[in-house]
Order: sequence, then structure tokens, then C-alpha cells
Amino acid sequence: MWEYSKKVMNHYENPRNVGEIEDADATGEVGSLICGDALKLTLKIDNGIIKDAKFKTFGCGSAIASASALTELIKGKKLEEVRDITNKDIVKYLGGLPQEKMHCSVMGQEALEAALLDFKGEKKAEKEDDEGEIICKCFGVTDTKIKRVALSNNLHSVEEITNYTKAGGGCGSCLYKIEEILDDLWRNVDRIPGPGLGFGLGLGERQKKLSGGKMTVVQKIKRIEEILEDEIRPILRRDGGDIDLIDVVDNKVIVRLMGMCQGCHAAVLTLKGLVEEKLQELVDPEIEVVEHGLE
Amino acid sequence: MALNNIYLDNNATTKVAPEVLEEMLPFLRESYGNPSSMYSFGGELSKYVERGRERIADLLGCHPREIVFTSCGSESDNFALRGLIDAYPEKRHIITTKVEHPAIKNQVPYLRKKGIRVTELGVDRKGNIDLDELRQAIDEDTLLISCMFANNETGVVYPIRLIGEIARERNIFFHTDAVQAVGKIPIDLSDMPVDLLSFTGHKFHAPKGIGGLYIRRGIKIRPFIIGGHQERSRRGGTENVPYIAGMGKAAELAKKNLHEENTRVRKLRDKLEQGILSQIEDTEVNGDTETENRVPNTTNIGIHFIEGEALLLALDKYHIAASTGSACASGSLQPSHVLRAMGVPFTCVHGSLRLSLSVYTTEKEIDYVLEILPGIVSRLRELSPFHSMEDIKAFGA
Repeated sequence: MWEYSKKVMNHYENPRNVGEIEDADATGEVGSLICGDALKLTLKIDNGIIKDAKFKTFGCGSAIASASALTELIKGKKLEEVRDITNKDIVKYLGGLPQEKMHCSVMGQEALEAALLDFKGEKKAEKEDDEGEIICKCFGVTDTKIKRVALSNNLHSVEEITNYTKAGGGCGSCLYKIEEILDDLWRNVDRIPGPGLGFGLGLGERQKKLSGGKMTVVQKIKRIEEILEDEIRPILRRDGGDIDLIDVVDNKVIVRLMGMCQGCHAAVLTLKGLVEEKLQELVDPEIEVVEHGLE
Repeated sequence: MALNNIYLDNNATTKVAPEVLEEMLPFLRESYGNPSSMYSFGGELSKYVERGRERIADLLGCHPREIVFTSCGSESDNFALRGLIDAYPEKRHIITTKVEHPAIKNQVPYLRKKGIRVTELGVDRKGNIDLDELRQAIDEDTLLISCMFANNETGVVYPIRLIGEIARERNIFFHTDAVQAVGKIPIDLSDMPVDLLSFTGHKFHAPKGIGGLYIRRGIKIRPFIIGGHQERSRRGGTENVPYIAGMGKAAELAKKNLHEENTRVRKLRDKLEQGILSQIEDTEVNGDTETENRVPNTTNIGIHFIEGEALLLALDKYHIAASTGSACASGSLQPSHVLRAMGVPFTCVHGSLRLSLSVYTTEKEIDYVLEILPGIVSRLRELSPFHSMEDIKAFGA
């Protein structure tokens, strides 16, 4: 038995905005009866504002609640606002969903995306998830979708992918492929400066990113600090040393070596061989690391 | 009028009969000895173990020495297959079906890894196997056929006698998982070509945690649980005296209730089934509706265009307990392997509703379900984007 939140049960029992808008300005249809859940979202859009949203769904309690939540989240909102709604917003609105039911919230996000693309006269099929190779034949899930949902929800295990996309939940023959995709994805993501592909974002932000976004100074500093913490400090601390980030000026990263590293002859080697190499690999190949006071 | 706890999921488990609980209590209170002990406080308890065995044997029409107690139906199924395979290593092929309980079905990949060839027979739209296909599947290397007595999801009863006769002709073993048949239909092993038969107590009003395997006299089998000399060295582990006594009592009651099960309970099942089919459009029975081909307590109805888990949630609000073959309810994302093997269309699989009755089911309860269900179905259908096959085809196009 699933443990549904009160809000999920409430939206399942009294779903909001059920139905179909007759002269809808946008329609999004995702899922299929074969897969066990399907959602049809219709929107009335006026002057860039979603005046009305209605849904019909074939699916379990959490699929009904997710669709109901979605319509509540977007009604009366501007198009620019709803573009960035993701499955996470639906989950948050519902006070959580069981892990195994996350795919219901993903279906909500997809229906919204399909409807927004339909409004622009584009078809989702030509746009995103249907591009790429079908990995899970049972549920027709592509590698593009797996990567997108993994990044957007920070998923690292195959089980999580199955919970969010259903991929691998059928015959199971693609499980090893999903594992490969995840390995590749996360290895590469660490090399991409910032959320470069924009996978982790809603539709609006993602399109902005894809049209050529650059890492901001803040993003760069955050990224460098993350790498220092995860990759560098554990090594230095083994020898009783430590490192502090002082400043970042263009591609010059100014640091201070501390503890046992201070005054050690090998300090330069540490800076150039370890810190600089790592930051060049993971952030920007142009980076130069300089010790504080020596710049 | 609202009712409390209308339990129509008796194929999942059953209520412990009050008489069964009474039978068990002394062994959970004062008589806690070990039946293998040399002093009377323990040793005397073996006679209650043997009484339980006799009552089971009486229900199944076999000799008490042919019954080995286990912890559950799944253990019995594992014991049967692996015990025979280990005892006859020269034979490397077995035959089973695509609609078995997971306790058989999920052994298949393991057995294949061990180098055993496994043929899984398909079923037709009503859930029946093809006996000619079975005959053709047998070869020199075949050790055994394992085919369930009655299916847990549809209640379909298999032609056990005919399968057993084929097995005898070809000199191979025949095991049947009778977990869903014992206590529901008459079984007389003295007059049936069955070599091994699995059963479990909690499907006929004993508690969970006790089962058994019938092993025809003279059959060599390796123990699955290796341990002491209990169960004539065929199953190690201290005898579960209270549960064995309880299951014995349940067997005695089941024998007494067989007539009621096949008259009153069957009538209630038919009333429920007919009521649903006539009151709710686009519904159909999954399985074989011929009286002899189905256990009397079970119906599986496909309700088109709605999803089973949503249906169960709604029924739960009215304290009605039932089951579905829908993917969403299983947590596995895959809908029922039984209904899919039968070729039931997906429109029907996801919306399948299994209702299973017992001798404790009352007519009032059946009337109540018939009163509540149509409203729930029409509410869910209003939510659904599908109302016809055309809708389904056009969706997303």
C-alpha cells in the first residue's frame, strides 16, 4: 500500500479542474493507456496568461493528484512563469509523493511542456524526448528523457530512474544500459561548466541555456568551491594541510595554503599539479592557480 | 447503509477462523514444549503434530506420511522443484506455465542459470493451457511438469487429472501448486495422478506462516531446508506445533465447508459478477466462466478505461478490500503477468478488479458492493480521457 500525503488524497478524491476545454488554445497529450497512465491537458491562453486549465487522466491515485496539482499551479499564471515549472514543483505542492510514483509528477511536467510547445505551433515529438535512442522498449523511454530527468532531479541510481521515468521497470533488459547512461552523464556533467545543457531546468530556462548561456562569476566561484571541497581538501587533509579560496579574477584563482602545506617545498607542486589541473579539467581549461600574496 | 471491512480479497489471505485460534492457544500458552524431547511435557506434543497431519491428509485424500509441513506455499514450491532437480541430476528439463505464482515463476531464471532447460507453456484467452503443446514439450530429458491447480488471479482451474495422466504415460513427475484450490474445490489425491502438491494454511483460514507439501509415497526428494530429523528428515526445523494444530483444524473446517463454498459462496460470486456486468458498461470477465473451470470464490473483471489502483483507493474509502492486476498497484510497473499471458487487452488489464469471497462473505456485503461500485466507476470514467477504442488510438497523435 502506498503512503500518500493528505494533499495527494485530497486531490485524488476531489480533483480540481477536471475536463476538457472545448476551444483550447493549447493541448498536451502524454503517456498511453498501454503504459498504464495517460494525461490530457487543455489550456485557454489569453494575452500571455493561462486563463483556464483542465485535465483528464487515466491513471492511479497519484497520477490524478499530480494532474490536478499541475492545473492549480498554472492557472492564472503568465506563460513566462509556468515555463519553469518542473515535476519537483508538483511534488512539492502535493507534500511529497512515494518514490515509486515520481513518474506521475514527471508526466505532469511533460503534459505542460507538450501543451506549451503546441501553443507555439511546435510538436513535442519533434522537439525533445522523442529524439535520441529508445532505451526502454517496454515503456518507450529515450536516453534523452533519462538524462533530462536524471539531471533535473539529481538522480544517480537506476532504481531512481525507474521510479521517475518507468524506464527499466518492464522486462528489465535495459537496466545495464541505464546504468551506463548515468555513469556517462554524471562523469560528463562534472566537466561541463555549470548546468550547461540546461537539463536541470524547466522549459523556459532550458531554452535560454541552449541558446548559449555563460557561467556567471557567482556560478564559477560556487563550482570552484565545490571542487576544492570534494576533490582537493580530502587529499590535503590527509597530510594535515588545507586550502582556502581567496578570490577569483577572470581566470586567475587565488588561494591560500594552510596547515602543513604552508611553507612546504611541495606546495608549488600541489598548487600546479593538483589544484590547477583539477580546476582546468572541471571548470575551465584557462584557469591559473596562484598562491595568495604571490600574485 | 455503510458496512465495516468488506473483505473480498480472500485469494490474498483469509481471516483466521475463531475455532482455529482456539485450537492454537494452548500451544502458545502452557504447552510450549519441543515435540522431539524425551520427556512428556515436550514429547507428548508430537501427537498434536500428527493429528494436524491426519486432518490435512483427510482433506486431501492422502496418507498422513505423505504430508511434509513447511513455512508457506512459496517454500513448498521451492522444495518441490529444487528437491526433485537435486535428487535427479541426470534429467535437465522441466515444464511449467507462464501463469504460475511467483514462487514457481521466479525460480525459472535461477534454474536456467543452473543449466536446467525450462519450457513455459502459454495460455489462451481464457487462461487454459494446450495439452497437445504440453505433450510436444516433453522429451527424454524431462524431469517434471509443474502446473498450478487454480490460478490466483482469475480462479481458472487447470485440467490436473489430464496433465497428470500425460505425466504418468511419459514417466515424469507432476507437481501442482494447489495453494488457491485447497479448501475451495474437492481434491482427492488417492484418485489423482499427482506426485507433489503445495498448499498453505492462510488461504483456508489458518494463520500465515504454515504450509505443506504432499509428496507421493516412494518419491525420492532432497530436503530444501537441511537440518534435524524432523518431518522424517525431509524438512529440518523444530515443528511449529501451534500452527500445525491450527492448520489441521482449518483443514477439518474446510472439509466441512466445501459444500457451502460450492453452493452459497458460488451463488454470491455469481450474483456479484452478474451484477457488475449488467450494471456497468464495458466490463468483461477475465478467465473461464465454465463452472468446473473456475474456483467458486473468485471473479476477475476487466473494467475498461479506468485504472485499477485508483479504483482500489476509492473502494477502500468504503472499507471494501479487493485486488487488481494493474501495474500501478504492484509497484513493479508491469501489469499482471497472468492477464498479459492470456492476451487480455491493456484497456482491460489496467482496469482489472479481482474479487475473492469466502464462507464468511454475506449477501449483504455483496449487495453493498453492487450499490457502491457503479458510482465509483463512473466517477473515474469521467476523469478518464478514454471512453472508446477510438479515443485510445487517437491519443497523442
